[in-house]
Amino acid sequence: MKNDIILAGVGGQGILSIAAAIGIAAVNSKLYIKQSEIHGMSQRGGDVQSHLRISDKPIASDLIPAGKADLIISIEPMEGLRYLPFLSATGWLVTNVNPFINIPDYPNADELLNQIKNVRKHIAIDADAIAKEAGSSRSSNIVMLGAASPFIDIPFEKIEEGIRQLFGKKGEDVVELNLKAFRMGRAFSEKNR
Amino acid sequence: MNNNKLLLLGDEAIAQGAIDGGLSGIYAYPGTPSTEIMEYVQGSRQAAELNIHRQWSANEKTAMEAAIGMSYAGKRAMVCFKHVGLNVAADAFINASITGVNGGLIVVSADDPSMHSSQNEQDSRFYGKFSMIPILEPSNQQEAYDMAYAGFELSERLNVPVLIRITTRMAHSRAGVQRGEVKPQNQLRLPSDPRQYVLLPAIARKNYKKLLGSQSAMEFISEQSTYNQLIHGTDKSLGIITTGIAYNYLIENYPDHKCPYPVLKICQYPIPRKQITELYNSCEKLLVLEEGYPLVEEMVKGFLNIGKTIHGRLDGTINRDGELNPNIVAKALGLQVNEGQLIPEVVRNRPPSLCPGCGHIDVYTDLNEALKEYEKGRVFSDIGCYTLGALPPYNAINSCVDMGASITMAKGAADAGLVPSIAVIGDSTFTHSGMTGLLDAVNENSPITVIISDNSTTGMTGGQPSLATGRIVEICKGIGVHPNHIKVVTPLKKNHEENVRIIKEEVAYHGVSVIIPQRECIQTFARRKKAEKKSQKPVTD
Repeated sequence: MKNDIILAGVGGQGILSIAAAIGIAAVNSKLYIKQSEIHGMSQRGGDVQSHLRISDKPIASDLIPAGKADLIISIEPMEGLRYLPFLSATGWLVTNVNPFINIPDYPNADELLNQIKNVRKHIAIDADAIAKEAGSSRSSNIVMLGAASPFIDIPFEKIEEGIRQLFGKKGEDVVELNLKAFRMGRAFSEKNR
Repeated sequence: MNNNKLLLLGDEAIAQGAIDGGLSGIYAYPGTPSTEIMEYVQGSRQAAELNIHRQWSANEKTAMEAAIGMSYAGKRAMVCFKHVGLNVAADAFINASITGVNGGLIVVSADDPSMHSSQNEQDSRFYGKFSMIPILEPSNQQEAYDMAYAGFELSERLNVPVLIRITTRMAHSRAGVQRGEVKPQNQLRLPSDPRQYVLLPAIARKNYKKLLGSQSAMEFISEQSTYNQLIHGTDKSLGIITTGIAYNYLIENYPDHKCPYPVLKICQYPIPRKQITELYNSCEKLLVLEEGYPLVEEMVKGFLNIGKTIHGRLDGTINRDGELNPNIVAKALGLQVNEGQLIPEVVRNRPPSLCPGCGHIDVYTDLNEALKEYEKGRVFSDIGCYTLGALPPYNAINSCVDMGASITMAKGAADAGLVPSIAVIGDSTFTHSGMTGLLDAVNENSPITVIISDNSTTGMTGGQPSLATGRIVEICKGIGVHPNHIKVVTPLKKNHEENVRIIKEEVAYHGVSVIIPQRECIQTFARRKKAEKKSQKPVTD
């Protein structure tokens, strides 16, 4: 078993909470993990990515080789496209459709959607709307994790356990809300894959 | 994988390794990608219980010197900074190899090849070689832990500081780490020779000869080190030398991580002569893979390059600049790389930018307006979030060279006749190394205006404390700036006109003036507000 996952977004959007939930699930499943993050200047509103590698065998490189990623999870429609050279021919792009606009030349939404549709295996999801429906717009990252979960080879329950551990300190209400967001995201992908 | 492993960043693994290895004090100035080492120790309950010193220093030189002092007193100390921080600490660092140590002393320098968050990609291993001390360069997070854990003993055994060199991907990647038994801290114990640290020429000459004499011992230890491994391969048409994490990028390219060529994996320096000779003699040619400058490659190749073919960065097999990755290594080996789809043209660059609502934005808006009557090209700036003022829409600054250079460059330009000259510097950078430059300017009453954009934090690295919060005005007075020409303003839109007027006045003044726009970083403000909400205390701005 081996999953190479690229998480994409903009500095400050919190892609690392997605990585943390998967990371906990991987450790609890006794898998090897390497996760490379971006700290520093890019966190000031620049493009950021995290390389997350999970395997049942030891992992060598902290960086995923080009053309080898099984999954790109992007919490913003333009940022996922930036890492297409990393996506394998059989890999999935799972992306939020809500743009984060902090540059003057941000592209047209339809153009972006067309490019997303050009990726053979893709899920384009309105994670913000689903998060709101689940009870809090702040859980859109966890909706994205849910939407990506069918393409991660870790049992569903183990990822739920990861979410419980991640949000446990914040109380049962927050845990339940995020589990709901997670399941709704997953249901969307199951229906639309 | 063992469940009692910790999932740690390379930075955090070094921190935990040092704590478990008997650390008594860590000294540092924040800088990407090294910042998380100190932050981990500060957040560690174990470190608090052990009463380990864990406060930020004013700059890398003061950090290095404090660590030398703790080592002098017999205890184990660690000092951490980014690669360019080692430049600031270099005087103390180089001389620490001449004094030798008492308690174990580890210096961690985090390099940033590809300049993700830096102004150059210098390779700290040259500093290690320059001061003739052992260098440890971990290839994974476990080694990072182990090297810090055992590094103090290596330092004490060889009577020199030990340099741990990491690069961005090692610093900021997480993996499982197995801890060792916690070692006790050293007792307070003065050096047996009371003159060991007195580098008067007569004593320094003796110490230096001792350092030179211990080089063969360092090389012998490198040859025996388990961090340096000669891994046998069947295809001897090529031998490969890797340093640090380059090993991972190499074996990533082969099924089950089995490289067909003999590989010498180097993670401890001085480079092991015995193993290099063996590899060289048994293979037709060599390829050197190292993250950073071609240090090992140059040494093996030699100036005359009259031996076997050595491929690497010097002959263009690998780009001379930038960090390595599995694909760059694959291409160097002649392996095929199957890239995915191209990046669609619709994707735009998204450079970092100042946060919406940031006080620096108002400072630049005010300054640009105030300087309209002058020709452009007279604003010298510095290292921090406000360096982003060089980018559109501000286009407000004309330099960013090194910590503190804004004030002294403005002075030099004013000396040359560029009047007015303006410096823009942050509060943390000012106390790091701007204060001494301000003294130079005061002593000559140079016609410069210094804007200390005070957000009361070290912003770019994530909001560490700024060491003179609330005392900047007093410091400027103490250095000798005339109180009439120290102006504190609040960088808010509603104050725009008044602030522009004040800047214009001070820029027109023929002498040293300091303007201090003061408004807390909106990131730390938001965090403080959240924390205070949690503890139910009212928030005041």
